Amino acid sequence: MRYLHNIGLYFLMIAEMFRKPTKWQVMRTLILKDIDDLIIGSLGIIAFISFFVGGVVTIQTALNIENPLIPRYLVGFATRQSVILEFAPTFTSIIMAGKVGSFITSSIGTMRVTEQIDALEVMGINSLNYLVFPKTIALMLYPFAIAIGMFLGILGGMAACVFGGYTSLEDYILGLQTDFDAFHVTYSFIKTYVFAFVLATIPSFHGYYMKGGALEVGKASTTAFVWTSVVIILLNYILTGIMLG
Amino acid sequence: MIIVENLHKSFGDAEILKGISTSFEKGKTNLIIGQSGSGKTVFLKCLLGLFTYEEGSISYDGKIFSKLSEDQKRDLRAEIGMVFQGSALFDSMTIAENVMFPLRMFTKMSKSEMEDRADFVLKRVNLPDAHLKMPSEASGGMQKRVAIARAIVNNPKYLFCDEPNSGLDPKTAIVIDNLIQEITDEYQITTVINSHDMNSVMEIGEKIVFLKNGLKAWEGSNKTIFKTDNESVTDFVYSSNLFKKVRQMYLEENE
Repeated sequence: MRYLHNIGLYFLMIAEMFRKPTKWQVMRTLILKDIDDLIIGSLGIIAFISFFVGGVVTIQTALNIENPLIPRYLVGFATRQSVILEFAPTFTSIIMAGKVGSFITSSIGTMRVTEQIDALEVMGINSLNYLVFPKTIALMLYPFAIAIGMFLGILGGMAACVFGGYTSLEDYILGLQTDFDAFHVTYSFIKTYVFAFVLATIPSFHGYYMKGGALEVGKASTTAFVWTSVVIILLNYILTGIMLG
Repeated sequence: MIIVENLHKSFGDAEILKGISTSFEKGKTNLIIGQSGSGKTVFLKCLLGLFTYEEGSISYDGKIFSKLSEDQKRDLRAEIGMVFQGSALFDSMTIAENVMFPLRMFTKMSKSEMEDRADFVLKRVNLPDAHLKMPSEASGGMQKRVAIARAIVNNPKYLFCDEPNSGLDPKTAIVIDNLIQEITDEYQITTVINSHDMNSVMEIGEKIVFLKNGLKAWEGSNKTIFKTDNESVTDFVYSSNLFKKVRQMYLEENE
């Protein structure tokens, strides 16, 4: 029953987020600040993870191809497919649920505990629009970060392949070009947009409606991470079924 | 002027406010006092529109809050200033940005006009050089003064303060009390203060509403509170020996 109540409350929060918009001059500043905090601030970790995960995928694939009849260019092909279809959009989003999600829940939760949200409401400001909407808009740039992740994942794979001596650069590039379907990139970006919305709203929900003190802020961050990850995994399954099934 | 009539508020089965009727006059510091759990904070949050209530009405200069449209409520809230117990300053903004915040949200002032206004109110609360500090760098007393500056920067008609002296030393508490009273008188604001600080009651309580168990048990002023024979009030206000002696001396002097 509590889950149903929370699901209903979540959708009401989203509806409320679009009501009574904040003045554009103020909103513009908030969006730019959130782009800096949530997107620019995450580029380093996204780049790091993508590069090395790409490398690991390549090494794993190369080591598992023992049959001499299987062409070596398959390493590049498998890396491209894994990185574009799953590792960049989904794996990175789970990591971001920890990084960005915790940041959002704890910052909004602290504002709740210290009555800053009450202060906004007393002034007649729609606190959901003021706090959650700019984060949602900022995270609409998340696919650009994922595009960088895709590029670096494939680059990491190439570096591992060439410097590790698993296959030649020519084979790797040939694999990257083999049977390329542009729709896979489209599918990946559609998924990323959906995940971005989830990354902005579920942690905000847990921060905004939390009750208690500092300890509960920590608990809310953990709960937000768990639920954001669960929803991302479920939506990944559903979207994949719909778009590629 | 704020008029409250027969206000009832419950949380589940627990009835917190059991039919409170009172009024808060313009240009006066109105105090709500009572023991912890008497319903003071719930009453204040109902006055602010943060809590809805089951029965009764609250009118702000004739405008009944529950009958206003969402837009009218928003306009009314722009006329309200609030000083929270923990100051509730926005910790991502400097002190000057905190003070300018209501101006940025509700006025079309230019940046220089906002800065001038922030300068003026920060000087008014005796913080002429604190503009660039972050709230975390300010002491409790400074934070309270910044909160007062933010509350009055947009010339509110109504000022609400939730225990403005909590956590402050006695000297700073008196400074804050006097500041609130001066501002109330100077700008003719309807000020409502939620307090259980007896110094505030004696110093600035031009009107006092005493709550007990969700009911108004007594109302009067800092002049009449010495003479009251209401046991609930005397038990609460004169619970310390010091205040008992003060009362005794007052009564002897005025006999």
